[in-house]
Amino acid sequence: MTAPFAQPLLKSGHLLGIEGLSPDEVTALLDLADVYVSQNRAADKKTALLRGRTLINLFFEASTRTQSSFELAGKRLGADVMNMAVKTSSVSKGETLIDTATTLNAMRPDILVVRHQDAGAAELLSRKLSCSVINAGDGAHEHPTQALLDALTIRRRLGGFENRIIAICGDILHSRVARSNLRLLAMMGARVRLVAPRTLLPADADRFGVEVMTDMREGLKDADIVMMLRLQLERMGGAFIPSPREYFRFWGLDREKLSWAKPGALVMHPGPMNRGVEIASDIADDVEISLISEQVEMGVAARMAVLDALSRGIA
Amino acid sequence: MSSRRIAFRNVRLVDPASGLDVKGGLLVENGRIADIGPRLFNDAEPNDPEVIDARGLVLAPGLIDACVHTGEPGAEHRETLASASHAAAAGGVTTMIVMPATDPVIDEPSLVDFILRRAAATAKVRVLPMAALTRGRAGETMTEIGLLKEAGAVAFTDAGRTVANARVLRRAMAYAATFDALIAAHAEDPELTAGAAATESEFATRLGLPAGPAMAEALIVARDIALVELTGVRYHFAQISTRAALELVVAAKSRGLPITCGVAAHHLTLNELDVGAYYTFRKVSPPLRSEADRAAMAEGVASGAIDLIVSSHEPQGADTKRQPFAAAAAGTVGLETLLPVALTPYHDGRATLATMLATLTSSPAKLLGLPGGTLAKGAPADLVLFDDGEPFVVASEELHSRARNTAFEGRKFQGHARMTFVGGECVFKRS
Repeated sequence: MTAPFAQPLLKSGHLLGIEGLSPDEVTALLDLADVYVSQNRAADKKTALLRGRTLINLFFEASTRTQSSFELAGKRLGADVMNMAVKTSSVSKGETLIDTATTLNAMRPDILVVRHQDAGAAELLSRKLSCSVINAGDGAHEHPTQALLDALTIRRRLGGFENRIIAICGDILHSRVARSNLRLLAMMGARVRLVAPRTLLPADADRFGVEVMTDMREGLKDADIVMMLRLQLERMGGAFIPSPREYFRFWGLDREKLSWAKPGALVMHPGPMNRGVEIASDIADDVEISLISEQVEMGVAARMAVLDALSRGIA
Repeated sequence: MSSRRIAFRNVRLVDPASGLDVKGGLLVENGRIADIGPRLFNDAEPNDPEVIDARGLVLAPGLIDACVHTGEPGAEHRETLASASHAAAAGGVTTMIVMPATDPVIDEPSLVDFILRRAAATAKVRVLPMAALTRGRAGETMTEIGLLKEAGAVAFTDAGRTVANARVLRRAMAYAATFDALIAAHAEDPELTAGAAATESEFATRLGLPAGPAMAEALIVARDIALVELTGVRYHFAQISTRAALELVVAAKSRGLPITCGVAAHHLTLNELDVGAYYTFRKVSPPLRSEADRAAMAEGVASGAIDLIVSSHEPQGADTKRQPFAAAAAGTVGLETLLPVALTPYHDGRATLATMLATLTSSPAKLLGLPGGTLAKGAPADLVLFDDGEPFVVASEELHSRARNTAFEGRKFQGHARMTFVGGECVFKRS
C-alpha cells in the first residue's frame, strides 16, 4: 500500500522510547499511521509489507490490550506473529533476561516486541539481539507506542499540538504512559500539565518542560485534553493515597471537574479503567467527549506505522 | 452567640497579635469585638446595660489550648467534651483543640463530624478536633486527610505516638502537603523509649525506674526535619521537652522550613526530681526532664523560639494512676492551670506578659488558621479577664474537670482567670 522509503524512518533501528526521537520522526510516524487508519477501516485490511518477517511478542507483564494490538498490527502487515507465553516458559524458571534474549536471537526474529516490569529491559535486549526491538512498556520508564497512539488521536481531533493544553492526571509516579506522553507532547509544542497528589508525582517532574500541579481545578483550567491515568489497586490502600473514595473526591474525573476544563474538552484514558476511582462511568461512556475507544483503534494503526518504519531498516 | 453589648472599662488590654498593652476599654457587640481603644469609655460612663469596670485586671484574647485530650468518645467516665469545657472555661481557655487519641480513634470524616456536633451540643467553649495522621494511630497507612480536613479537622496527629516508619511518614507528609494540611507530631523514638517511665538519669537510676534517653526526642526531631525538607509539609512538634530538640527546631526555622514547636506547661515548671517518691500524677509523656532541659524550655518560650504552650490536658482516673509508677498511665490535667503556669516566665522577669500570652493566643491561632486569638475589631469576642498578680494554690478538689489528676497539686502560681467569654457570652465567673 505504501511504497518503501529509501531511508529507514527510525534511525536507531529500534523504538525504545520517545526520548531520542525527533519531532520530524514523530510527524512521519503519525503521517504513516494516518494511512493505516484508513487501511484498517477498509474491508481488506491486509498488506504484504512484512511478508516472511517474524514478529515475537514477549510480554513479561500480562496485557491483553497492548499484546493483541501488536499481534493484529503485525498480522495486518503480513508478518508471522508469535506470542511468547512467559508464564509457561523457562523465564519463569529462573532464566535471566540475557539468556532469554540469546535463545530468542537464535530463532532469528525480525522484530521483538517486549514488555517488562523493569525499566531498561528493552534497552538491554536491543544490545543483545540482532533484530529490531520495540519497547511495549518497561517499568515506569517508557511506553512509546502508547504515546504515539495518543498523539495520533489528539492530532486527528485537534489538528495539531501547538499551544494545546493537555492535562495528564493521576498516578504519574508509576506511569510509563505519562513519561512517554509528556516527552512526546512537550516536544511537539503542546502545553503539558501533570496533575496529581504529591505522593504520586515523581521527583523533579517540573524539569521536563511541563507544569506540575496538585489541584484539579487549577490543572484542568482551559485544558483541551484531559488524560486520566490508571491508579493500580495496590496503591489505593493507604500507601500512596488513603482510599479510593478520597482519590475520586479530589482527582477522579466527574462532570463537575470536567466543567473546569475548556468547553468541549476531550477525555482520554490508556485503559484499563477503574470506574469510580479515576474516572466516572458516565464520562468514560459518553461518546461525545470520551476518546477511549478511539485510542484503541488508533493503537493498531500507530503500531502498524512503527512496524512499517522499522521494516525499512531491516531489509 | 449573644446579641448583648458588654462594655469593659479601665482594663489593661493585652493583645499579643498587635503588640497592644495599654489601659483602655473594649466593647462587645453581637458576639464580636466592636470597638477597642485606650480612650474608649474614659470620659463618660458607657450607657450599656452591662458595664464591667475591671480596674487592675488584664483583658486578653481567650486562650487556645492546642493539645487537649478528653475521654469522649470511649472514656467518658474520665472526661467528656462537656466536663473538659468546664475546666477550660475556668482556666480562660476559649478554644480546645482536641486530640484524636480516643476510642474509636478520630480517623474518619464521620467521627470529626461527631466531635463537632457533640461539642456544639454540650461544650461551653469552642472545640476543634485534630484527626489522626494514620489509621487507628497505628503508624501504617495514612488517613483521608483531604476528606477529614473538609469535615473540619484543623491538623493531623497521631497524638502521643511517633510514626516509626519513615517511609509511611514521608508519604503522609507529601500527601498532607498536597492539601496544605498541618501535621502535629510527637517526637520520641518508640524503640528507644519502649517501656520507659522516666528520663534516663541518676535520679531514674536511684528510683530504679525503666527509663529512656532524652536524646530519643532529638533523634526523631532531626529525622522529621529532614523529611519536612523533602516534602515541604507544614510541621509542628506538639510538645518538645529537651534543649537538643529545641536547638534543631531553631536551626530548621532559620533555614526557612515551615516548622513550629510547642511545649507543655508542666515541662516549663517541673523537672524529673518532682516525681519525688514515685508520684504518678507527675508521670507524663514525654517524661519530665533534667533541670537543664526545663530551664531551656522556659528560655525558649521567653525568646520566642518555642511557638506555643499547651496544657496537654490528659484526664486519668484512680484506676490508671493508683498504680506503681511504671505501670501507671501518663498524663496530667491542665486546662485550668494553663494560664498561671504559662505566666511563670513572666513572673520570673524573663518575658513580657504579651510575649507569654502570644504563646496561648495569637501563635496557636496563626498556626491553625483560626479567627480568634486577637482583640482586633471584628474578631470573635473570646476573652479572658484575669488578675495577673493574684496568687493561688492549686487544689485538685477545686478543679472543674471530671478528672483531678493534676501534676501541680499544692503548687503556688499567680494569675487566675476571673471571667471567661466565648462569642461574647460569659461562660465562667469566679465567685
